[in-house]
Amino acid sequence: MNDMTRPDFDKPRVVGQRTPRIDGEFKLTGRAGYTGELHVDGMLYGYPVPATIANGVLESLDLDAARAMPGVVDIFHHGHFEALHRSPNSMAHGDMVNEVRLPFEDERIYYHGQYVALVVAETFEQARAAAQRVVARYREERGAVVSLLQTEAEGTLQESAGSTRGDPEAAFGGAEVKVDSTYHIAAESHLQMEMHATLAEWRDAGKRLVVHESTQGVFFQRNAMARVFGLAQENLEVISHYIGSGFGNKLFMWPHSVATAVAARMIGRPVKVVLPRQQDMTSGGNRPASRQRIRLGADRSGKLTSVIHDSTTETSLVHQYVDTCGSATPSFYACDNVSTSQRVLEVNHGTPCPMRAPGEVSGIFALETAMDELAVALEMDPVELRLKNNAEQDPASGLPWSSKHLDECLTSAAKRFGWEQRNPAIGSMRDGDEIIGYGMASCTWSAGRQPCEARVELRADGSLFAACGTQDIGTGTYTIVAQAVAELTGAELSRIEVKLGETSLPAGPLSGGSMATATVLPAVAAAARDALDAIKEVAVGSGGAFEGSDPDSLAAQAGGLTDGERRVSFEEILETSKLSSVNGQGSAAPGDERSEYAFRSFGAHFVEVRIDPEISRVRVTRVVSSIDIGRAINPPTARNQVEGGIVMGVGMGLLEKLDYDPRDARLINANVADYIVPTHADAPEIDVELLDYPDFKHNEFGGRGVGEIGLTGVASAIANAIYHATGKRHRDLPITIEALLASS
Amino acid sequence: MRTFAYSRADSVDHAAHRTMPDTAFVAGGTTLLDLIKLDVLKPENVVDINALPLKRVERLNDGRLKIGALVTNTDLAHHPEVKSHYPVLSEALLAGASTQLRNMATTAGNVMQRTRCPYYRDPAAKCNRREPGSGCDAMDGINRMHAVLGGSDACIAVHPSDMCVGIAAIGATLTLQGPDGEREVDFADFHRLPGDTPHIEHDLADGELITAITLDAPLENAGSHYLKLRDRASYEFALASCAAQLVLDGDTIREARLALGGVATKPWRCSDAEAALVGQTADKTSFERAADIALKDAQAREHNGYKIPLARQAIVRALRNAARGDKPASETQESQA
Repeated sequence: MNDMTRPDFDKPRVVGQRTPRIDGEFKLTGRAGYTGELHVDGMLYGYPVPATIANGVLESLDLDAARAMPGVVDIFHHGHFEALHRSPNSMAHGDMVNEVRLPFEDERIYYHGQYVALVVAETFEQARAAAQRVVARYREERGAVVSLLQTEAEGTLQESAGSTRGDPEAAFGGAEVKVDSTYHIAAESHLQMEMHATLAEWRDAGKRLVVHESTQGVFFQRNAMARVFGLAQENLEVISHYIGSGFGNKLFMWPHSVATAVAARMIGRPVKVVLPRQQDMTSGGNRPASRQRIRLGADRSGKLTSVIHDSTTETSLVHQYVDTCGSATPSFYACDNVSTSQRVLEVNHGTPCPMRAPGEVSGIFALETAMDELAVALEMDPVELRLKNNAEQDPASGLPWSSKHLDECLTSAAKRFGWEQRNPAIGSMRDGDEIIGYGMASCTWSAGRQPCEARVELRADGSLFAACGTQDIGTGTYTIVAQAVAELTGAELSRIEVKLGETSLPAGPLSGGSMATATVLPAVAAAARDALDAIKEVAVGSGGAFEGSDPDSLAAQAGGLTDGERRVSFEEILETSKLSSVNGQGSAAPGDERSEYAFRSFGAHFVEVRIDPEISRVRVTRVVSSIDIGRAINPPTARNQVEGGIVMGVGMGLLEKLDYDPRDARLINANVADYIVPTHADAPEIDVELLDYPDFKHNEFGGRGVGEIGLTGVASAIANAIYHATGKRHRDLPITIEALLASS
Repeated sequence: MRTFAYSRADSVDHAAHRTMPDTAFVAGGTTLLDLIKLDVLKPENVVDINALPLKRVERLNDGRLKIGALVTNTDLAHHPEVKSHYPVLSEALLAGASTQLRNMATTAGNVMQRTRCPYYRDPAAKCNRREPGSGCDAMDGINRMHAVLGGSDACIAVHPSDMCVGIAAIGATLTLQGPDGEREVDFADFHRLPGDTPHIEHDLADGELITAITLDAPLENAGSHYLKLRDRASYEFALASCAAQLVLDGDTIREARLALGGVATKPWRCSDAEAALVGQTADKTSFERAADIALKDAQAREHNGYKIPLARQAIVRALRNAARGDKPASETQESQA
């Protein structure tokens, strides 16, 4: 087990310091190879043919015209495809997938965009042109379930996704002050910059598969593919060096990867598929729409007496995905009577999947908007209401928090924002044509950690090498791994090479759930210590640079070892002993602390909106946030995660909505012009403070992860600010111009 | 996309004499290439006209401004003649698309811009504009972005241009070069209403090429404003927009020009509303009356009814700002974002 309070990190030299991305130069100069850009000899291009209906049967495929197109090598479809097996889809066994149904498994069409064929040709353009010539005939069936938002259907209860403590129904019934509101959030697209991409290459006469995939989890993809293709894991390699983000839709494997690998094997040449944006949006994951009812009961002093949070989210007809909206609710506020329930409803959409702060971001919109409604009902300041109900220990588990500073987040952000200047009267703050609204919400995300392995080498050429089979999805993982190695060895960052994103490396975690930092760094530190032990042994050995010394008397300093009197560099030590390198292995895992403490990050967002009611215009102009994530390993990239989350929250609050045609469930805005996200001009002035309270109970580096918390709460703070400006309570997202007009 | 024959035209005559069927001219390519890749447009021949000498902006002796077909949106927006005499056009141009697109898009190309109706852009959907007689999926589908003015039972697709709304409020003449020589068409008559033939979008014969757009002489001493209302602050087509020009004598309106975008099937000049403004006091009452007149024939489908009050708001605010002769900083910044 790790000693959680190792002296190494009390006064860190590199960790916690502003550190430019070590891969920045590669990205700026185009040398960072993203999957879609890779090229291998003999490679072909695949282009999927998407179903143009959302419910029915594929009756026939006319491929003659497509086959006659230039460059076409083969066209795969139901009936012309390898027989495969499904993945067990287990999180525990690391083979979870985003859609268990295999491509072309049957001729039933469950959603618009489902692949009915894969055209493979010599060039991308030829593959696309031929794909457009494939004529699919369908028997469309009525009765497609278009959206959770367009049906009264209740869905199926998920017993394991709910919880109850106390007697919330009775407490609500007897509450002095009550809120009972229902909230709807439209389905959203991840719209990650880099579309899904797979390059599959079979080696050793079809016995060994090498896959380049833009993925947040190389090991999960490897394990799933091993199950699907019936291969030993050792005969599969998945590589993902650079990823243009994922936001959750690249955590687990999708059918396009399987289709690509099958095409490569059946043709006998490498095949690359980059999903076009339209298919990425129809068939590569979405945040499902949600319907939530929140009931809050409180006494006149504002103390919560009951919280009841009932949620329903969408899943597809081919895969069960549960977007648990209430998972943060039991831990959010000190209240004796709390229940959550979760239902899912099957709809004719592409399969939903985790999207940044999955479930909780939807749940926190509802809960924090309900809290604002409660503050209005109590005539109490919403910050005061939250401070009054602050949970000093985790009310769900009864455990003490490892480290929690929500109260400081609330007061600090309120002060910097200028909350005391808020006139609580509706529409009371004006500037020319505009009404100014102030709103706030708390935010939270759980602090998890997974087992991890890593390797660190010290080399005679003066370089250091660190490796872990996790990924850098653009958040800066390469850089913090180098920081950790630099911290322990004293070596300069420029001498440290980091390798991530390969299943040939020591097993690393998914880049998801805001867990990678706390998971990877302790393993890297263990490996670095092991490497230092190895070089000390070399140094004190026969003919060594510190021959005969006690290894315990040596310490790492500035990329070498010192006995307090003289320092010898690692390369000199290795050269002296005629060695090319020493190798350190390390592993780390969460331990007993998980049963002694509760781990969760908290923070607060304060939002200013400006509304010009005579032209129905709302803009978010200012966001001030204070977030407690333990220690920020690299403050600029950590802050950037929160800033990005805030901008994404503006999209969730005001803009983003997947539009499914009410007649046939076809997704009609599957492009970046019609599915609107914030532009630079929409990004507010953002002021993020990261509190600096290292959480050494979580891990020796004190960091809790920061990828998702920034998004949570933002949309609620916006809705609350709009209420302050207009007096209209918006409970449905996005808050559109139509909704503003209806309230004016 | 389908393969096509590509050639470069080296003279206007040469271009105009290419009377091959299924020929498309390409300038900036910001509409055409997109729709070819989506398999919506399938030209057999694409003639590149970028080498033609149609990039001049010149003030004519009669005070009009002649703009070459290939002048980019960026160059036109920042041209000194446009900024000083036609600020409403400069504002309209800068409210459109993004800097990158404006650097490529041309004046005539913008006139020829296709609708953004999602059903038009999806070959699997029914669309009378794309495939005559196939029906219209927008009519009872997701029609939030669709027109409330100028629609028919066959089509309610919006003409998406901002530039054309500015030009409609100025008045202009198009110069067309065809195999049989040159002719001129009033800008107001160039775009067709969809009627029963939404696939016929404009008054341009096979082989004809727009070579210039000549703006009417500027209104002297006019205040103007182009106001674009949309969901986000930049890079989105209008939900409702309004180009307004007012010439005042004290508080009295002497001349008015008013055009709407985002709500109509073509760039929408509001002549009745203009007439109703002349002689009136420039105040909220007259502006609201003008808006009511401009929108009296508006017809909504299921999801676009909000456009009628929104367009009303756009008209009233644009007229107010035109009358003031200045506008709040927040609107100036956003219109140019």
